[in-house]
Amino acid sequence: MSRIPLDPRTAPSFQTAAKVSLQDAQLRKNVKHATEVIQAKRKKLVDEKKDWQELREAGRQIRAHSLAHLEIYLEEFERNFTRAGGVLHWARDAKEAQEIVVRLTKEIGADEVIKIKSMTTEEIQLNRALEAAGVKAYETDLAELIIQLGEDQPSHIVVPALHKNRAQIREIFMREMDLPDLGDTPQDLADAARTFLREKFLRVKTGVSGANFLIAETGGICIVESEGNGRMCLTMPETLIAVVGIEKVIPRFQDLEVMLQILARSATGERMNPYNSIWTGVHEGDGPKAMHVVLLDNARTDVLADGEGRQTLQCIRCAACLNACPVYRQTGGHAYGSVYAGPIGAILTPQMMGMEHAQSLPYASSLCGACYEVCPVKINIPEVLIHLRHKVVERSGWWAPEKVAMKAVAAVFRSEKRFRAAQRLGRMAEAPLVKKEKQVEGLVQLKGSETTTPGWIGWLPGLMGGWTDTRDLQAMPKETFRDWWEKR
Amino acid sequence: MKVALFITCYNDTLFPATGKAVVEVLERLGHTVEFPVGQTCCGQMHWNTGYQDEALPLLERFVTQFEHCEAVVIPSSSCVAMMRDHYVLMAEKIGDPQLMERVKTLLPRVWEFSEFLTKKLGLTDVGAYYPHRVTYHASCHGLRSLHLGDGPMLLLRSVKGIDLVEIANLDRCCGFGGTFAVKNADVSSAMLAEKTLAILDTGAETCAGADNSCLMHIQGALHRQRTGVATMHLAEILAGTEETHQCFVHPKAIDGTGVRV
Amino acid sequence: MSEARGAILDRIRAAKGASSTASAAETYAQISRTYLHGGDRDREGIVDLMEERLREYDAGVFRVAHDEAGAIVARLLQARGLSRVLVPAGLPTEWMRGCEFVVDAAFNAGELDSFDGVLTTATVGIAETGTIVLQNAPGQGRRAITLVPDYQMCVLRVDDLVETVVEAMGRLEKTKELATTFFSGPSATADIEMTRIKGVHGPRFVDVLLVS
Repeated sequence: MSRIPLDPRTAPSFQTAAKVSLQDAQLRKNVKHATEVIQAKRKKLVDEKKDWQELREAGRQIRAHSLAHLEIYLEEFERNFTRAGGVLHWARDAKEAQEIVVRLTKEIGADEVIKIKSMTTEEIQLNRALEAAGVKAYETDLAELIIQLGEDQPSHIVVPALHKNRAQIREIFMREMDLPDLGDTPQDLADAARTFLREKFLRVKTGVSGANFLIAETGGICIVESEGNGRMCLTMPETLIAVVGIEKVIPRFQDLEVMLQILARSATGERMNPYNSIWTGVHEGDGPKAMHVVLLDNARTDVLADGEGRQTLQCIRCAACLNACPVYRQTGGHAYGSVYAGPIGAILTPQMMGMEHAQSLPYASSLCGACYEVCPVKINIPEVLIHLRHKVVERSGWWAPEKVAMKAVAAVFRSEKRFRAAQRLGRMAEAPLVKKEKQVEGLVQLKGSETTTPGWIGWLPGLMGGWTDTRDLQAMPKETFRDWWEKR
Repeated sequence: MKVALFITCYNDTLFPATGKAVVEVLERLGHTVEFPVGQTCCGQMHWNTGYQDEALPLLERFVTQFEHCEAVVIPSSSCVAMMRDHYVLMAEKIGDPQLMERVKTLLPRVWEFSEFLTKKLGLTDVGAYYPHRVTYHASCHGLRSLHLGDGPMLLLRSVKGIDLVEIANLDRCCGFGGTFAVKNADVSSAMLAEKTLAILDTGAETCAGADNSCLMHIQGALHRQRTGVATMHLAEILAGTEETHQCFVHPKAIDGTGVRV
Repeated sequence: MSEARGAILDRIRAAKGASSTASAAETYAQISRTYLHGGDRDREGIVDLMEERLREYDAGVFRVAHDEAGAIVARLLQARGLSRVLVPAGLPTEWMRGCEFVVDAAFNAGELDSFDGVLTTATVGIAETGTIVLQNAPGQGRRAITLVPDYQMCVLRVDDLVETVVEAMGRLEKTKELATTFFSGPSATADIEMTRIKGVHGPRFVDVLLVS
């Protein structure tokens, strides 16, 4: 059971949550292993793909173009999807989307649904709403099944249960599937999941999914997956309801030639994932007789309205940024307090789920840029992080200690005299904190200058205390560079 | 060539030896160094932490101080990255078309120290001598914003007597990240722990780098754990020569556990 | 509902300015597509690559002349001990040898589950990625028949093989509105400690005949 709730409205700050995650050695081991494996696979295939950078650029342009003309493509999708027998719904927010899905299940008298993994349905907490309405939702993605049976929370967009090892999974399956003699190899566990889920696939009449892409030109939907549970959920039931963010639309069928190539290599390090399903509305005698798409806004239009934040919506949910992130590597996903974790989560959550709830997330990054380097659609995550930090600062009061300090330092930097004065003052202020090192005989002198053997500081007060918790800090040398320059 | 030095606020205050080393190397190569005294800070700390309004005046200050210079050399990748990645955007926000022109004219003349040597001067051997085992830490800004590539390694490889060892996972962030080091101190320290391990695994006596910001953070752990391993800016390694039998020793390398010769 | 529709479309336009079909078409045409379109292998090389990729997925791969196909099908099905195999309408009868074949007649889930395996042809194969694309067309059938049975055999004509994904999408352009499934290996998961396990749902055993 996750100790950290994944709702930005109630989640602790990243700093606080990270403290807890960092103490979990098993979590950290699992996260490091998982991210290293996917990164290695991805790297091998990216190195082999001679036109990788051209594909990334095309991917970026296709996604940016789709957003720039979003209403045009949504309307085109609507026309073509409806013509092909689909029913389109529009939901302004999570609540409205929940209501639509619950209403649809009531209309067909469904009391259970099978679900394909969908970040969008996690975002709107659909399962909870269905449960409240007396509809049982079965997760069928293996990782989501592990999460659901374990009453846990996802910690990664593509491999949601990567924080769990086989022993932990076995324990969950033994208990929830009533399998006292369950083996402990990954094969045993996968076989158990197969048996457990198969009877549901062949029996349950209503499916719920998300979508990877909506194709405006044809009114088609594309779902990308590995296990086959997706195909089961979107082929076997009589009714399929897909909840899809409005940003998922792409102009043409042909554009999949780029998206499929960059998604598979980025998400799982494969040239192509096992199954892609593309279908258009309702097909006679093939798949569900009723096909619904619920288009979800839920603050995406707010993100669209922010010129510097808009590129966030280019995301195709590959999670390559999570795998590359050195911060995520240490903490795993739960520390981000949102179903969207890692670098993309750090920019998506504050923008979509309310800045007031996620002020710490834009700072959950060292701005190393590894995410931007691997993003298949070239979202400049570091730039968006800096942009969001500015928004956080704008919201803070003038009395906030950090703001007071930063303004003071800025004033110092605006004047050479003040800067020099501040340097002298700093040296004086830190003096009591400095542990002097003994002078060593026969020391080689610095060329052209007096010996400076600064001491070390092992403790700093207040805001700076975080540094000295784990690091020493060298004291300021007696002479600054400009002091020395003046003398020469 | 007349080269202007932008020492950077933190080098000026905490790592003057790096500045002295840069001067030493450039003069040895036959160039003249000037130091516009009005310089203070590029604005990175403020900009990256979200204090954009506070950073804008610092852009103007930098441009005014340095626009008359033939070339500007900066011994700090992150400061150069700040300028290349953000100064045009910042000038847009200020909304002064003339300032924008001045920024765009100046930027191509601004160089990080190692790329000034390798790309502008086309050198890899600057006649340095440093007979120690050294490993190199690549800062994220140097790697991903400035695309320094193997420039610094080529410079180090040409140092006489050096025993250069490559670090594992070169491109993984050390965890400094500016104010991140303090605002997310726990995660920063966790990242640093792995970097420290990687450095110690090389058996190096010195960890070199082009950014004292990262090195200050790395040295913080190396010293706290009493490893005896020093960090040194690339410039300081390049400053020492065999002829003078003097290796440029950085003060923080001396902590009572050894003498550097 | 239409209230929500209007509200969302209004918000989109307010967020970034209204667009038009004409401007969308114009800027769409300007998207730079400098990525590779075709490959540089010859026909034989393409077939070799397809075989290599399929073997990486642990699929059985058999290169056969078209008049041998039926005999090979029979041999493979018998070797696996399969007795009842599902086929779509429109499959060449000369391939249906070696056991009892039943043509799909809108079977329900339970009925589909009673078959040992399924045999179909395909629309196109992609050598670079080892992908086979099936659509709801004669000889391939609806999606459920290649989903429920545990064994899948696919007879793919070598002429229907292309090297790249881009070429394949070009081949699919005319039938892009059909129900389409891309298969690249058997179903798999890496959700348990990143160990790749084959065969979660969907057919666990796959044989591919490459017919020239």
